[in-house]
Amino acid sequence: MSTRPSRLFHNMNAKIASVPMVLTAMVVFLGGSIWTVVYSFTDSKLLPREKWVGLDQYERLWGTNRWLVSIENLAIYGVLSLIFSLVIGFVLAALMDQKIRFEDVFRTIFLYPFALSFIVTGLVWQWLLNPDFGVQNVIRGIGFESFTFDPLYDADLAIYGILFAGLWQGTGLVMCLMLAGLRGIDEDIWKAARVDGIPAWKTYLFIVIPMMRPVFITTLVIITAGIVKLYDLVVAQTGGGPGIATEVPAKYVYDMMFQAQNLGQGFAASTMMLVSVIIILIPWAYLEFGGKRRG
Amino acid sequence: MADVTTNPAPRIIDGPRGRKPTRALSGRNIMIYGTLIVVALYYLLPLYVMVVTSLKGMPEIRMGNIFAPPVEITFQPWVKAWAEACTGLNCDGLSRGFWNSVQITVPSVFLSIAIASLNGYALANWRFKGANIFFTILIIGAFIPYQVMLYPIVILLREAGLYGSLTGLIIVHTIFGMPILTLLFRNYFSSVPEELFKAARVDGAGFWGIYFRIMLPMSLPIFVVAMILQVTGIWNDFLFGVVYTRPENYPMTVQLNNIVNSVQGVKEYNVNMAATLLTGLVPLIIYFISGKLFVRGIAAGAVKG
Amino acid sequence: MKMMRMMLAASTAIGIAGGAWAEDLEITHWWTSGGEAAAVAEFAKAFDATGNKWVDGAIAGSGNTARPIMISRITGGDPMAATQFNHGRQAEELVEAGLMRPITEVAEAEGWANAIAAPGLLESCTLDDELYCVPVNIHSWQWLWLSNKAYEEAGIPVPKNWAEFVASGPKLQEAGKVPLAMGKQPWQAAGAFKVLVLSLGGPELYTKVYDEKDSEVAAGADMIPIWQAADEMRKLAAGSNVQEWNQATNLVITGQAGGQIMGDWAQGEFQMANQVAGTDYTCLPGLGDQPYLSTAGDAIYFPLLSDDAKSAAQLELASVLFSSEAQLAFNAKKGSLPVRKDLDLAEANDCMRQGLDILAKGNIVADTDQLISPDTNTQIQDLMIQFVSDMNMTPEDAQARFAEIIADAD
Repeated sequence: MSTRPSRLFHNMNAKIASVPMVLTAMVVFLGGSIWTVVYSFTDSKLLPREKWVGLDQYERLWGTNRWLVSIENLAIYGVLSLIFSLVIGFVLAALMDQKIRFEDVFRTIFLYPFALSFIVTGLVWQWLLNPDFGVQNVIRGIGFESFTFDPLYDADLAIYGILFAGLWQGTGLVMCLMLAGLRGIDEDIWKAARVDGIPAWKTYLFIVIPMMRPVFITTLVIITAGIVKLYDLVVAQTGGGPGIATEVPAKYVYDMMFQAQNLGQGFAASTMMLVSVIIILIPWAYLEFGGKRRG
Repeated sequence: MADVTTNPAPRIIDGPRGRKPTRALSGRNIMIYGTLIVVALYYLLPLYVMVVTSLKGMPEIRMGNIFAPPVEITFQPWVKAWAEACTGLNCDGLSRGFWNSVQITVPSVFLSIAIASLNGYALANWRFKGANIFFTILIIGAFIPYQVMLYPIVILLREAGLYGSLTGLIIVHTIFGMPILTLLFRNYFSSVPEELFKAARVDGAGFWGIYFRIMLPMSLPIFVVAMILQVTGIWNDFLFGVVYTRPENYPMTVQLNNIVNSVQGVKEYNVNMAATLLTGLVPLIIYFISGKLFVRGIAAGAVKG
Repeated sequence: MKMMRMMLAASTAIGIAGGAWAEDLEITHWWTSGGEAAAVAEFAKAFDATGNKWVDGAIAGSGNTARPIMISRITGGDPMAATQFNHGRQAEELVEAGLMRPITEVAEAEGWANAIAAPGLLESCTLDDELYCVPVNIHSWQWLWLSNKAYEEAGIPVPKNWAEFVASGPKLQEAGKVPLAMGKQPWQAAGAFKVLVLSLGGPELYTKVYDEKDSEVAAGADMIPIWQAADEMRKLAAGSNVQEWNQATNLVITGQAGGQIMGDWAQGEFQMANQVAGTDYTCLPGLGDQPYLSTAGDAIYFPLLSDDAKSAAQLELASVLFSSEAQLAFNAKKGSLPVRKDLDLAEANDCMRQGLDILAKGNIVADTDQLISPDTNTQIQDLMIQFVSDMNMTPEDAQARFAEIIADAD
């Protein structure tokens, strides 16, 4: 995977093909981010306006309990969601890859939550997790009177209730990505492993997964981006409650921008999110692109 | 890795990935299908609730037993969701925006995948100086919540004279699909065996030749994943569709939103469920049929050839 | 026909012959539920009768959904001809930025000031002596909806005021019922709280807190009973496990809950469930204590257009929206009260009549939407939802934080 042809004339095509990417990166994402950061130093309300207030928005942000709770929630949700998505997604993909019958059916079943608007599927989860008419009620009906399962209504558990639905919605896509990765692994590798008498689980763990590193990175970015932007799930299921127990940063940003009509505060919050992402991504980019790959 | 690919195992044997075992009820099969079925049930539970609810009348729903099958099955909610639900004055349900959604989704999916796959290809195989800097910015872009970019994009489109046009919307979808898709393709292409690329170069194939004759046919599964991502995202998009186009181009999700998202009014849960399921049908069909492209072995064959 | 004549009269009165051309005007709004859509159809019918055409742009979900879309359209240079906003302070900046047009000439020519049910409704549409919006309906928050069935089953009479309601709580709980149904969304908690302020504390206290933003009053002794009531409220609502307001209303309809504090739109749910006011359910405006209502509602604003003919048609639209016929037809379908006081509401039910009586007496205050900014409102919502769901937060702490928010309010 070292560098291919040198950067000379014949690479012109690659440069032409990359024009949309360069424009998008520079004009939209870089330009848009700078615009956002600049306006986070203003007291823009409904409309952006250049009335500078220095760091006021940031002071208010970090003095707001709801923002702190949001960050904590995102951390809990993020770590758990990342681990479970990857594990469940990979195991499902590995099972699907055993030349099973009805692969199309199973794949569609695992993937369908991804296709449905979360406004309503979130409502269904809200029902399922509701103690009065959801799972708890049914299990009590069978005779387990003391069974308690009401994660959305307990401030300490609510974020895990959201995780339930989040995994339900997101693991199908992870499974698909993994499946595509597995299908990209050469059949001969499996044969070779068999010949050497390596058990299947060892082959997965020590040969296949390392070979799928690029797919894992892609998946990791997709999952993490989804986590950072977590919004619909929360709105549809708890609206941030009970109390502010399931508030998340993206929801804070939107609520500030559009409901509170305080663009400056929303931009300050989104700038903080952006900064965190950059702090995590830049070292990764350096590792990924730096070193041996260059040259 | 190169060693393994270039030294294929000498004989074919049945392994975990071998041919389907003839015995249907082997312990291994029971484990695999057992697990898949149990997990599938967890996935299907909410769907069951949705379907059952969509077939009930409102009085039955008010009784609150979400698991009970409908006492009296009614398809009226489905009819209403598709053809009768009112969006303000226009009482023709989801059917109103269906073709608009198709007109938005098809070109957006095509354009975004075409551009992103070329980006990924250039980044993986024809890297030029500075490419990774743009790529890193792009990846950071994947983490920015869409809503934050709403107003800057309004300004950009206004200045470009594209505000309110279908073209503008297609460009917006292409832009926001680009980070993830480019990453997807770049990482997939970079795992394609290098020998293939070198051989093609020796044969005199250029940038476009290698893309169309080698990369594209070898990467069908990842194109499927990209298509799944984009069809789902764009078909279900509501915000961009409604902010960046005019009412005559509004996608189906505007009607869906209007049906399910009313704040101060009576909520018809059965119609909400039916509308959601109807809207989800198109991506679901794509998921189901696209499975045919989840194939293996083209890569292996190509190496040997 | 009568409508036609009136329209023509209106347009000549203001010296514009706009009616001569047929214009298509796009109107965006978030009235999308069944009854709301039927109500909008009445406006459209009335406007179409002028020879123009109402092009409907409905987008459900007020706050985070519809508003950014409307603002994008207006700032993106592709504005609609008219758009709904809650009247109050939400559209202020658009007006200040010169993106909206005044409709003062129509209002003056037609004497709206004399016909309006509550002067505050026009005042909140006014900026620098120009009128920028047409208020189209009145909603009020100060209602306690009670389930007659629940009280019957608990074997106690239906309460007549807040104190009786609180006292009835334990009996309801014994009968296995939730005394107070309350959805777990912030706006519902904040709404119920402002009802307590007005209905228990009276209009003066309400005005000092929400209008004058007097943080000393907010922190002071007058507010202590209100916070105690709020404390009782959250205890009564503790067993209410629903999110949406209408799910909470449904608990009242089915007799699983004793009552709910919710705006008059809850009545639509009772009607849909074939419940009759007075026999199946009881309504207590002002919680049965202080008979005052706050007048919140919707208003239509008019973005500035470059097309002269369309601009003229905007004035015609404004005139139609305020006309007696359209007001009657719209509000009958929507279940809200008309903004004109010179109308005869023959079909109003028991609860609506009580509301009308209060309006007729002039026992009206401006809604918090008109008094505090959306930013402050959001802060109050965040506080109230925490207070309601976290029993560890004492009323004293909550009051102190509330006073801080009021002190910072703009």
